[in-house]
Amino acid sequence: MSDSIAQAATAVNGSFSDRARTPRSGLTAATLALTRDLRLAFRKRGQLIQPLVFFAIVTTLFPLAISPELSRLRDVAPGVLWVAALLSSQLALEFLFRDDAQDGTLEQYALSGQSLSGLLFAKTSAHWLLTGLPLALMAPLAGLSLGVPVGAVPGIVASVAVGSVALSLIGSMGAALTLGVKRSGALLSLLTLPLAMPVLIFGARATELAIKGESYGAPLELLGAVAVLGITLAPLATAAAVRVNLE
Amino acid sequence: MAWTWFHRLGSPPYIYSLAGRLTPWFAWPAALLMVGGLYGGLILAPPDYQQGDGFRIIYVHAPTAWMSLMVYTTMAVSAAIGLIWRIKVSHAVAASCAPIGASFTLCALVTGSLWGAPMWGTYWEWDPRLTSELILLFLYLGYMGLRSAMEDVQRADRASAVLAIVGVVNVPIIHFSVTWWNSLHQAPSVMKFDRPNLPASMLMPLLMMLLGFTLFFVAILLVRLRGEVLSRERTASWIREALSPPMSDRSVSGKPISGVRP
Repeated sequence: MSDSIAQAATAVNGSFSDRARTPRSGLTAATLALTRDLRLAFRKRGQLIQPLVFFAIVTTLFPLAISPELSRLRDVAPGVLWVAALLSSQLALEFLFRDDAQDGTLEQYALSGQSLSGLLFAKTSAHWLLTGLPLALMAPLAGLSLGVPVGAVPGIVASVAVGSVALSLIGSMGAALTLGVKRSGALLSLLTLPLAMPVLIFGARATELAIKGESYGAPLELLGAVAVLGITLAPLATAAAVRVNLE
Repeated sequence: MAWTWFHRLGSPPYIYSLAGRLTPWFAWPAALLMVGGLYGGLILAPPDYQQGDGFRIIYVHAPTAWMSLMVYTTMAVSAAIGLIWRIKVSHAVAASCAPIGASFTLCALVTGSLWGAPMWGTYWEWDPRLTSELILLFLYLGYMGLRSAMEDVQRADRASAVLAIVGVVNVPIIHFSVTWWNSLHQAPSVMKFDRPNLPASMLMPLLMMLLGFTLFFVAILLVRLRGEVLSRERTASWIREALSPPMSDRSVSGKPISGVRP
């Protein structure tokens, strides 16, 4: 296990290492950065499930606050699921880059000669795999407890999975911008939540249509468009913000 | 190429004195246009056939809403210039824009909701324009929050510039998504105010107010820019020369200036 982390480090720092005589391709470096992040995360399994537990607790609050009637809960289910997903994806953001900034990993990434935006995109993908994807798989369970019909499950999974890609990317920009700020939690939410509103609108709409049993293709495609735009542009902004905070 | 005039704009002492000299050239036309526009809009223009005198708030609402977007664009463009060419004065312009833009946005929201009270029967309607204006206010607050959270000025400049550019990419998406969201959830709003159909007696004051507010923004920006430059350059030696009164003035008024700390 530690072997592959060392391998990741040498691949990322290719130009400094004598093991990597031939320059590694950007894709290899990004893959190794991704596996490194996943490995590190799986060493702290307790922290992995925290966003999921938070998501479950937030969705439990709504029936308690509104009403236990399933017919009423079904109406508000898309909003509840999406607000809860949005808030849970915010949880781990503050620490997305913080540890790596403090121990110098980000500096090594920036100096490695590899594309910094590519490596940061790999880190963001790891964040999505660890929060977005589990949330997408868990959202139907929460939905069923809110009286959502079983037929809506594919729509909910698809919309949360695609939408959380955009949320992770928006969050990575906010996390990179607030790297130099102590106790950045509230500021981070202030920066990222307004940018995330289109995702919330399209995602909740797709979920709503799925619950009604109608075609949810159009909002899902718009959600996909936002995610693709995020994949194209967000890593560049994240890399620029990380460079600002490394200087 | 005679680019010296452009390069001189990047020099804090030059921009400080230039901004001071230019301010009245924007402030006075702005005052005249706004007084004229208010007179034309509030007194000369006929009442609207549907809304009566209620529509007259447009003479404040539309210009502030227009300015809220224009100031954001100005802020993002100057932040981008500062980020790309590393011009400190550009960052100072962006930093001075943010509070002005946030105030205009707040004014647009307040006047919009006051207008909504008699027209829609409620102070707040989740109208797409009001909602995207509210999100714009959050964007301004986020920008100012990020800037104030970072102690190092240059780092704050560059980080907030990245944020401003990200915001510019997002503003159209937010506006589009909010419009689309709203059109699905609620009937089109009762208030259809077709601008091109405005008679000249209503339109002229509106155009005067738009131009007046734009000049007003430039004047305020120049004043704030001077303050921003002063606080950024407070250790520089040219400040001492710029702020000390000329010798002739001192000998005439002989008494110490009150309110100025040594």
